[in-house]
Amino acid sequence: MRKVSRLSRFNIASLALGLAFLYLPILILVIYSFNASRLVTVWGGWSLRWYRELFNDRAMIEAAWMSLRVAVSSATIATLLGTLAAVALSRGESFRGRTLFSGMLYAPLVMPEVITGLSLLLLFVALNAERGFWTVTIAHTTLTMCFVAVVVQSRLGSLDRSLEEAAMDLGCNPARAFVAVTLPLIAPAIVAGWMLAFTLSLDDLVIASFTTGPGSATLPIRIYSEVRLGVKPEINAICTLVIALIAVVIVIASLASKLSSSQGESAAPL
Amino acid sequence: MTDELPRTEAAADALPVAGQPLLRIEGVAKTFGTFRAVDGVSLDIKAGEFFALLGPSGCGKTTLLRMLAGFEAPDEGRILLDGKDIAQALPHERPINMMFQNYALFPHLSVRDNVAFGLKRAGMARADIATRVDEMVALVKLEGLEKRKPDQLSGGQRQRVALARALARRPKLLLLDEPLAALDKKLRENTQGELMELQRRLGMTFIIVTHDQEEAMTMASRIGVMKAGKLAQVAIPRELYEAPRSRWIAEFVGDINLFDGESKLRDGHRLVIGTRDAGALVVAEPREPLGAGKFSVAIRPEKVKLSRRGPVSEAGRETAINRLDGVIADICYLGGTTTYKVKLDTGGMVQASVANSARLDVDAYSLNQHVVAWFTPDDCVVLPS
Repeated sequence: MRKVSRLSRFNIASLALGLAFLYLPILILVIYSFNASRLVTVWGGWSLRWYRELFNDRAMIEAAWMSLRVAVSSATIATLLGTLAAVALSRGESFRGRTLFSGMLYAPLVMPEVITGLSLLLLFVALNAERGFWTVTIAHTTLTMCFVAVVVQSRLGSLDRSLEEAAMDLGCNPARAFVAVTLPLIAPAIVAGWMLAFTLSLDDLVIASFTTGPGSATLPIRIYSEVRLGVKPEINAICTLVIALIAVVIVIASLASKLSSSQGESAAPL
Repeated sequence: MTDELPRTEAAADALPVAGQPLLRIEGVAKTFGTFRAVDGVSLDIKAGEFFALLGPSGCGKTTLLRMLAGFEAPDEGRILLDGKDIAQALPHERPINMMFQNYALFPHLSVRDNVAFGLKRAGMARADIATRVDEMVALVKLEGLEKRKPDQLSGGQRQRVALARALARRPKLLLLDEPLAALDKKLRENTQGELMELQRRLGMTFIIVTHDQEEAMTMASRIGVMKAGKLAQVAIPRELYEAPRSRWIAEFVGDINLFDGESKLRDGHRLVIGTRDAGALVVAEPREPLGAGKFSVAIRPEKVKLSRRGPVSEAGRETAINRLDGVIADICYLGGTTTYKVKLDTGGMVQASVANSARLDVDAYSLNQHVVAWFTPDDCVVLPS
């Protein structure tokens, strides 16, 4: 461990540059959200003025609430469907069209978002569905499900098949063996998949703008339309809050997965 | 051992009939694609036996074991346990448990919960489970480690947990898939002894799959040698070693010298076999008459005696003794024994394994020394090739 802490000057410099490249813009955004000045680029001293204004901006708060609801519900549905797809692909040995199915499942990973968004819009229009919360949720589920499937399937692939066989040998029927042994062991991957789906949904602009309807803008749509009229310091404030939310979710998720791996009894529904 | 699990009570109507084997395998076959992994195996196993399935990798022994456990369904044949056909039953419906090669311990459960897993599934009362788990943990000498997770245990300890977990439900039949393959040599030898002692104490029926012929010899009361999906020979260890049924089995089980026969001549109860490499050899008449095909004379290295001048005449039957002259070509000192390779004057090579009964090397042979290798007709067998 000693050796790791003794970094060379070159390593320190490259690390600092890399981190600065990633986080300096965000840091500036966070600092300017506490700016007292009305001008975005001029520092006018510390203030919470823009946060106060943000909470009075009902349209912005509604957009944030909408985004949060879409992210939670689409991530939950995507996690359920993605996990089932991953289990079917890695455990259902050889059903007809398995390769085709797995290829089709992963297509959205590489599909340009514009195409996904446009095709979904055409579908919703054809079905005469009223566009709003549910259409965005369904669209985001389509987008994020394959990410969940990839994460869960890689975990399932590294899992020893004989664990399930041992459970069956000890008196579990196949479904029971899955719940008692496989599920606790892939739980961290399922949680990670949910997190990924949640953040993907939260920051999606393209697909949401195709599939949403009037009066139900998500946060990215709202921010984007505001910025086109000129950046208000209020935007910095809402972005800072979003960053804080994501940071908290990530910390909780990593703590949870650490906890579940160190005391697995709680994870085993026996 | 009076309390039975609910599962075994269900099978109580099929009580073992005297003389009926616990397990009867009838013409079982399994094909994967075009590969016939198990090709018509029939075998009876009695209650209380320690049976070993021995064979090189890919011979079908593991597939046969997995069919007994229920992970594969046979394409043909029947598997009768106490007279009931279980060939198509699912794993959890069989009073059979298996110990996996990689142990397959549940990594998210403690030692205690791993052992209790099968008991909970059987619907045992909480207090009974606790008693049984304590009993099992004591049986495999793991007291004090109940709260540990599998990754906090050594290889040997993990092996014991796997054994305790498989034994906890008191199965009618315990299957062990290469149970000692992951242990180092010393630990493996100790564990072999413990497994035998455990099997005797519990009176349970064990079927072990192994590719290690020494392991099978040491532990099993009977051995079935498998080759290319078929049972080549089923015999007690001594018979397998001293009276192998074919040249392939003789070579697979232990070391052996083989001389291809060219002609045979009957001489009373003996046969005189002409060989190219070792001249004429006198052998005892085989139990089953030799067919028309090729045959060879086989002799184990430890039955070949060496001396400086000639056979030590014990009973004065020198005429019947096979005597081969040669020089020592290679010496391999193994501690307890020394293996000499003797280059025969007739052109062949013979291996002799000599016990090092004296600490000093007064009776050892040296390289290029002229020696006489000899053995009696009863020491060797004639095998069809």
